[in-house]
Amino acid sequence: MNPLRAVGAGVLTLLHAAGSVTWFAIRALAAAVRPPWFGGQLLGQLFRIGFLSLPVVGLTALFTGAALALNIYTGGARFNAESFVPNIVALGIVRELGPVIAALMLAGRVSSGIAAEIGAMRATEQIDALHTLSTDPMRYLIAPRIVAGVIVLPILVFIADVIGVFGGFLVSTNTLDFDATVYVRNTVDILERWDVISGLIKAAVFGFLLTLMGCYHGYNAQGGAQGVGRAATNAVVSAAVLIFAANFLLTSLFV
Amino acid sequence: MTQTAKIAWKDVTIRFGRQTVLDGLRLEAAEGRSLVIIGGSGEGKSVMLKTALGLIAPDKGRVEIDGRAVRPGQEDDPGVAQIGMLFQSGALFDSLPVWKNVSFRLLHRDHMQADEARERALEALDQVDLDHDVADKRPSQLSGGMLKRAALARAIAARPKILFFDEPTTGLDPVTADVINKLISRQVKQLGATAVSITHDMVSMRAIADDVAMIKDGGILWSGPLNGVETCENSEVCRFVRGESEIA
Ligand SMILES: Nc1ncnc2c1ncn2[C@@H]1O[C@H](COP(=O)(O)OP(=O)(O)OP(=O)(O)O)[C@@H](O)[C@H]1O
Ligand SMILES: [Mg+2]
Repeated sequence: MNPLRAVGAGVLTLLHAAGSVTWFAIRALAAAVRPPWFGGQLLGQLFRIGFLSLPVVGLTALFTGAALALNIYTGGARFNAESFVPNIVALGIVRELGPVIAALMLAGRVSSGIAAEIGAMRATEQIDALHTLSTDPMRYLIAPRIVAGVIVLPILVFIADVIGVFGGFLVSTNTLDFDATVYVRNTVDILERWDVISGLIKAAVFGFLLTLMGCYHGYNAQGGAQGVGRAATNAVVSAAVLIFAANFLLTSLFV
Repeated sequence: MTQTAKIAWKDVTIRFGRQTVLDGLRLEAAEGRSLVIIGGSGEGKSVMLKTALGLIAPDKGRVEIDGRAVRPGQEDDPGVAQIGMLFQSGALFDSLPVWKNVSFRLLHRDHMQADEARERALEALDQVDLDHDVADKRPSQLSGGMLKRAALARAIAARPKILFFDEPTTGLDPVTADVINKLISRQVKQLGATAVSITHDMVSMRAIADDVAMIKDGGILWSGPLNGVETCENSEVCRFVRGESEIA
């Protein structure tokens, strides 16, 4: 095959995918902002996406904060800057690692789950059945999941921020001889409101992206059990890539 | 067929890739009558029903309900809203208990109170000969035949004007199949519904059909009242109904 043609075909496929994801997102948003709403579905998703993700997000945040403190301490010691541990841990967690790590964990837990569930519904004609019961699948299935993602991620990330900083605090006060009150005061002093808020805005965007990817790949799943598996994999991979890309874009906007 | 057409397939052509499944198919289902569609496996019977439901967009032609073209992909289409559909695979929502499946339309579309909707669901379960303790089970806990009957209950629960049944008696024992056949006849005779059923079960066909249509090679090979099948108006239909292959 002519290499130019291969590149061209690749670009076209990518553009086509981007177009159909965008169109899907527009339909989902249109369904989310206009009634009828399915409140019960939304509550269920808030519980499944939010509450049930707490252990995973909490544990990863704790370990990340702890490891971050140790690394900054070792690095800082090379130019006598060990005392900056609390400041850098706080900024690193709140502005960057809290949102990104929580979102990545949720891409693994939630995007794949959504894609598999909706993909299986597609494969077993349940989405067609919704249609024949005069119910728009966009409203009943898709919108509640995406709205739940946008609401829940900032809350989860806020909790991850607190736990992550606490992880750094635990390591610093127990093994690195930091004074507890000084550590807390430094953390509070360094953080500005915008540090926290910008992290939470990132979180909301990530929540949108990771639920959107789960829904999109599940909704368009084709070909039985194999297709469902493929949808779940594609959902996780595309969600993770989009999260990193969006993180870079938002960070460059926010600095 | 002297009555007006409730549903009309007008020159419907459907292709999947290079495969032409329906090729200019024309058929009418008369109001208040029970039409049975027969034909070999893979001839496009299920696709025909899905086209009338707006789930598949025809490449050519259209399906009309009450004289208005069905708009594909519109879940609030007034024609489609009259249809209660039994899918060949059942297609019950496995995240919901059986009674919420059965009363789904009543709960979400007609905004009925939960206890009233549950009453209606239990009524529908009675009609398909399912015990009330099935109501709180999940679809995954039911046997194949029970699933079929629960799905049938969902199709009839909202008392639709049009009923589509894709193989309603497949996988049922003869006695239960008889219950279902009588149920379908009753829906048409007493409630004045229009029914379109697909079946491979010739006992069922004789029990429920007013009219019969046989699909072959993407079109209607023959259609007419049930006694036309019995008097062997078309030799190929006759052979099909008797289960004789063309190989001597
Ligand atoms: N979504 C689809 N994509 C591609 N091909 C399809 C699709 N749905 C149906 N087909 C093809 O269309 C043809 C008709 O399918 P259909 O399900 O209507 O058959 P049927 O007459 O209902 O058969 P059966 O009696 O076995 O249920 C088959 O060859 C099938 O492979
Ligand atoms: Mg079929």
